[in-house]
Amino acid sequence: MLTKRIIPCLDIKDGRTVKGVNFVHLRDAGDPVELAQRYASEGADELVFLDISATEQKRKTLAALVYRVAEKLNIPFTVGGGISSVADVDILLKNGADKVSVNSSAVKRPALINELVAKFGSQCIVVAIDAKEIEGEWMVHLVGGKVPTKIKLFDWAKEVASRGAGEILFTSMDHDGTKEGFANDTLARLCSLVNIPIIASGGAGSMTHFEEAFSLGKADASLAASVFHFKEIEIVELKQRLKDQGIPVRL
Amino acid sequence: MKLVIIDYGAGNIQSIKFAFQRLGIEAVLSNDAQEISKADKVIFPGVGEASTAMAKLRESGLQDVITDLSQPVLGICLGMQLMCNSSKEGNTKGLGIFNVDVVKFKAAVKVPQIGWNRIENLEGELFKGLQEDYIYLVHSFYAPKSNETIATCTYGEAYSAALQKDNFYGVQFHPEKSGDYGAKILKNFLDL
Repeated sequence: MLTKRIIPCLDIKDGRTVKGVNFVHLRDAGDPVELAQRYASEGADELVFLDISATEQKRKTLAALVYRVAEKLNIPFTVGGGISSVADVDILLKNGADKVSVNSSAVKRPALINELVAKFGSQCIVVAIDAKEIEGEWMVHLVGGKVPTKIKLFDWAKEVASRGAGEILFTSMDHDGTKEGFANDTLARLCSLVNIPIIASGGAGSMTHFEEAFSLGKADASLAASVFHFKEIEIVELKQRLKDQGIPVRL
Repeated sequence: MKLVIIDYGAGNIQSIKFAFQRLGIEAVLSNDAQEISKADKVIFPGVGEASTAMAKLRESGLQDVITDLSQPVLGICLGMQLMCNSSKEGNTKGLGIFNVDVVKFKAAVKVPQIGWNRIENLEGELFKGLQEDYIYLVHSFYAPKSNETIATCTYGEAYSAALQKDNFYGVQFHPEKSGDYGAKILKNFLDL
């Protein structure tokens, strides 16, 4: 049986992990490679690296980091953040990334999804969608949720699936950072509308929230950053809890 | 030991190379027929779309080289699928090593299947000393069960997670991304 995935997300700036982590036994908590290995050993099913740096050196630094991660990590990982062309994706995959995620660039030019799928295959193309509810309607946002668009979430989700995306990473901007749970109703609707895996993001604060994202939200995977970074939730404990609740996990 | 990973422009080669590096083996990437034929062990990788990958393999002139190999060969993911008779993906004619036709998952399940699934009904040397566990898969097409099946997964129905015919092995999953368990499978392959 296919299991539900738990995915820690690491924010990366200039090749370093951003948020203050308080892991013990790490020689260098800012080193994404060490943190990635740590998560893998604790039972993470997959990792996402989100590059938030905005320097000219960005591409080179990120490719070098991807290479170092791929060398050491024996679970899959996705790289996202500012990817906007076939050439960007090519260099990341060649350096060992398993998947890439695109967001704003796909909204601005949807044909990018088709181009990436044609060249690299659906299996490695994740489309990240940030959305929030405005006057009762879920609307797509850009630039980490800062800039609203006139595109409706559910329309966009169907479109990215029909263009061949392998997965959707859905972040509710209304829930992100609240630690009050995922957008379960919206997730469930997304899951009923498209037949590709949906990764839930935004709102994780407790183990119950993960459980609900799977049971109520029907999500295929759940992603979180701070609850794992600050060790508010231990991955092993979380997976045991999910298993006890009858949710299939790799344990 | 000389391990060659066939480099025909359609593989997640870097990850596989790194996985063997972690086992202490420096694999050679090659599209040279002689070098592949002389290797002790050969990896046939593959990701992407079947007909495109098969076209690349033909362009490289390596299809007959592969079928003629007598040393242990491991096809991974699309590599395994291309070793079958055919694939519904792009109506592709395969290498015909495994006597099975690759078909697409039905819409009753999410396609592609992405994630960790349980590998069951393990048989043979590739899984020597291993219990059932979880492996990482990403795929939309699959090889149904056949008499060459040496492990199964269930997604909608039970299908071939691994195939074997003589010296030819194929795995649908990514051992290079399946944690410590995947590494043990690669180690078993090296020990064949």
